[in-house]
Formats: sequence, structure tokens, C-alpha cells
Amino acid sequence: MQPIISIKGLTKTYAGGFQALKDVDLAINKGEIFALLGPNGAGKTTLINIVCGIVNMSSGAVLVDGHDIVSEFRETRAKIGLVPQELPTETFETVWNTASFSRGLFGKGAGPQHVEKVLKSLSLWDKKDTISMALSGGMKRRVLIAKALAHEPEILFLDEPTAGVDVELRQDMWNVVKALREEGVTVILTTHYIEEAEQLADRVGVINHGEIILVEEKNKLMREMGKKELMLHLYDELAEIPAQFGNYDLELSEDRRELTYRYDTKGEHTGITDLINELRNAGIRFNDLQTSQSSLEDIFVDLVNKGQ
Amino acid sequence: MNFYAIKAIYRYEMARMFRTAVQSIVAPVLSTSLYFVIFGSAIGSRITEIDGVSYGAFIVPGLIMLSVMTESISNSSFAIYFPKFTGTIFEVLSAPVSYGEVMLGYVGAAATKSVIIGTIILGTASFFVDLEIAHPLLMVTFLLLTCVSFCLFGFILGIWADGWEKLTIVPILVIMPLTFLGGTFYSISMLPPAWQTVSLFNPVVYLISGFRWSFYENADVSVTLSLAMTVGFLLVCLGVVRWIFKTGYKLRT
Repeated sequence: MQPIISIKGLTKTYAGGFQALKDVDLAINKGEIFALLGPNGAGKTTLINIVCGIVNMSSGAVLVDGHDIVSEFRETRAKIGLVPQELPTETFETVWNTASFSRGLFGKGAGPQHVEKVLKSLSLWDKKDTISMALSGGMKRRVLIAKALAHEPEILFLDEPTAGVDVELRQDMWNVVKALREEGVTVILTTHYIEEAEQLADRVGVINHGEIILVEEKNKLMREMGKKELMLHLYDELAEIPAQFGNYDLELSEDRRELTYRYDTKGEHTGITDLINELRNAGIRFNDLQTSQSSLEDIFVDLVNKGQ
Repeated sequence: MNFYAIKAIYRYEMARMFRTAVQSIVAPVLSTSLYFVIFGSAIGSRITEIDGVSYGAFIVPGLIMLSVMTESISNSSFAIYFPKFTGTIFEVLSAPVSYGEVMLGYVGAAATKSVIIGTIILGTASFFVDLEIAHPLLMVTFLLLTCVSFCLFGFILGIWADGWEKLTIVPILVIMPLTFLGGTFYSISMLPPAWQTVSLFNPVVYLISGFRWSFYENADVSVTLSLAMTVGFLLVCLGVVRWIFKTGYKLRT
């Protein structure tokens, strides 16, 4: 299947000499939610801005639905909606006017029914006659999403969409994103809230120092790179881990009452059964146990730290 | 061509004008009326006629040009600078619009405002003096060319400016002196010969002179030269705007 966005050999060096992107290759599939993760200054926003036409690339090629973003910019930009990281809104315009303006700007005739649908889906309908200046930060964020959706884009870029919004609004936005995917819209989001990517994304890309470190299906990534831990609450204090357990990745807590065993989820044998058998044979008893799995955030931090 | 985008920008900008009608329309009309009172009545009582035209009527074309030029620059520079200042320019840059369409929207709206202001001032002037327009078509041509040219100039200024000071410094320190020294309130033939020569280096002289000729058939320089200079200025501004959009100067990094 042809990707809806195809990026090849993309580089960007700013006038001051800072290289924001280094030979980036990336393909985004139609209809997926793709989370682009990376620390501050990694190149996420530069990448988005190049695809949207706000920043000029230094070299490389970007195709959107088979169209070149430079020579066929009309075709590519008409397919894209962008919600930027900042909150730039037309200060003195009403919500209705600003959304309608965006629709026209992207080449669509008046569509009051669609604008109404978008405003209602974002709980903005009762604010349609309010000027942007009078809205809260969270509401302005919704207005920006409404503007980006006003021209019915096939691709939606969300650059830190839930930065600074409350939990309820974040949940609302996640629902909007999920609904968009149901309608076939491709969503590319950058976020600092790894939980957001964990909740929403089909695939995850990690970028650091202008380079794509990894692109993987989220579930596969968590399955393959995630680690699990088995915590055993000991019946008696254990002075030290007996030498016979040297083959296991074990750690004894400071109070000497909890034994933690780390194991690889992708391994054929986790070693749990053998460990428990050996503990019983060694007379080490436990009265409770629990397991935990590393989150996407743990994986992300590991990946970024390895790249430092 | 993205007609919807042109229409969206145009309507957006026109709505801004009507939202700020006092600042956009009433203020320039009031200041022009004050010019009539001060220059027309006070000085007009000393200088009765210039080239056979009463002083009050003589200054009308210059006053219209003065307002139209300053308002054109102010409107179009603000129209593009404010989105840059607030950050909303990202939307225009990411939209499927060409430089020509963006320009048509912004400059078209700003020029429309200037034509409205010029027409209102012309109407206001008719209350103070008896007006004759010898060549109405040429008068409209000069008015339109000046409005569009100076709106383009303002557009360039708005893109170039990276602060409010820069936005106002050119109109105050360059355009205003050139306009006042460009024959708004006098004929350059009234100046000493040396200053007449210096005045010919002022492009505003040609605009005002040509515009005045369309009213009273008297001018400081030939009307053909005036028209050529006005069109030349328009073409230079168009070329600069085209270059700005091609290179992304001060817009795209």
C-alpha cells in the first residue's frame, strides 16, 4: 500500500547552521494514528512544518498522497490540517468566523453544516459567537482543532495537542482523534505525554537529534522492548540473594522483604517457573506476588538515553 | 486559482475595517477636514489662486493622495504584520494558496479601503470647495494605481518589519515627509529653481502632479511621466512581493 506521507532523505539546516533534521526517512500509512515522540528540540515540529509548507526543506523529498509538497503544493496542502503547538488565534474574530475563514483559505466553499458539526463535536457550539480573545486556553486549543478540521482534511497534524489542557479536555480530544480515525483521517501527533501515544497510537516513531531512531507498531514495540517485573513479597527477611540464583536478574529491596525479578517478555522462557521452584527448594517462602510491565514512557526514555 | 482563499482573506480584512470603522474611516476623514480648515482657510486667505485654481480646490488632489498613501501603507502593513505578530500567519503559509492569491486578498482589501477613504474625502472636500474633475477616468486610474501601489509597499513593509517601531518608522520618517514635500499644499513651480530640481527626485511629486492634472489640467510634470512613474512604482512593488513569496523572506525559515 502506498503511504499517504512519504519522506525520503529529508534534511533541514537553519540559517544559523543548526541541523534540525538529518536524512530523515519516514512513511505514514493512510488511516493510522502515528505518534512522533522525541525530547525538546529533537526536530518534531520542524518535520511537521516542512510537510505543511511552513518551513523550507534543505534537501530531500516529501510526497503527500503521491504529490510533491513543493511542485504540487496545492494538492498536498489541501489534504492537510495542522494544529500548531502554540495558541495563535485571530484575537478579535468569533469562533464561527475564524473556522469559516480557515475553510475558505483551504479552498472550500461555505459549508455551514460542516462547520456546525465540527464545532459541536468539539463542544464549541455555544461559543460560536464568542471572540477568541475571550476564550480560555483550553477553548482556544479546541478552536485551533476546529480550524484545522474545517476544510475536511484527510491528514491531521496535531503538534502537542493536549499541552496545558486539563484532564477532562484531554479525554475529549482523545475521543475526537479516535472518531477521526473511524472516519479514515490519518492523524500524526507529537506529544510529551507518552500516555497519550500509548492510548491512541497505532504506530510510534521516536526522533532525537534530528534522526529517526525507531518506527514500530506500538503494541509490537511494547511487546518487544518492554520488560516485565515479578515482585515477590517474602515471608521472612532475606540477608542476601543466595549465589545459586546468580543466573537470574534479581534484586533485593532495602528492607530485605521484597525480591524483584526482571524478565524479557519476548524470550521463549521467562524463567518464572524455574525461579519459583528453586526458591521453594532453597526454603525461601513468599506470601504475595505481583507483576508489572514497563510503559511506553519507560521504553521511550531508554531509547533516548541510549542515543545520548 | 484558489478563489475561495482570495475571498476568505478579502472578506476577513474587510470585516476588520468595518469592525474598526472609526479608526479606519472616520479618523482620516476628520484629519483631512482639519487640513481644509487650517490650510484651505488660513493659508487660502493669503494665497488666493495657483495656476488659475482657488487654493482650497488646488490642495484637494494632494490631500486625497496624502490620505490614500498613508492609509494604504498603514492598512496593508498592519494586515500582514498582525498575523505575523500573533502567529496566525502559519495558517496562510500552510494553505494551498499561491503568493498571487495571498496578495490579491490582502492588497485587494487594503486597496478597497483606500479607495473608499479617497472617495469619502473627495465627497467631504466638495462641502468646502467647488470641485471640477476634467478627466474622471484618468482620476480613477491614478487613484487605483496609487492605492494598489502603496498597499503593495505597505505589504512589503509589514513583512519586513519585525517590531512595531519598524512598522511605523517608514511611514513617519519617509513617506510623510515625501508627501508633504511632494506638492500636496503647493506647486513646486513656487519653489526656488534649485529646490524644484531636488523635488523631481521625490516620486510622490509625480503621483500628486498627475492626479492634480486629472482634476484641473495643470501639473508640475508631464502627465505621461506621472503615469509612467506610478506604473513603474507598482511594478517594482509587485516584483519585490513576488521575490518575497518565492524566497520566503521573513516568512518561511
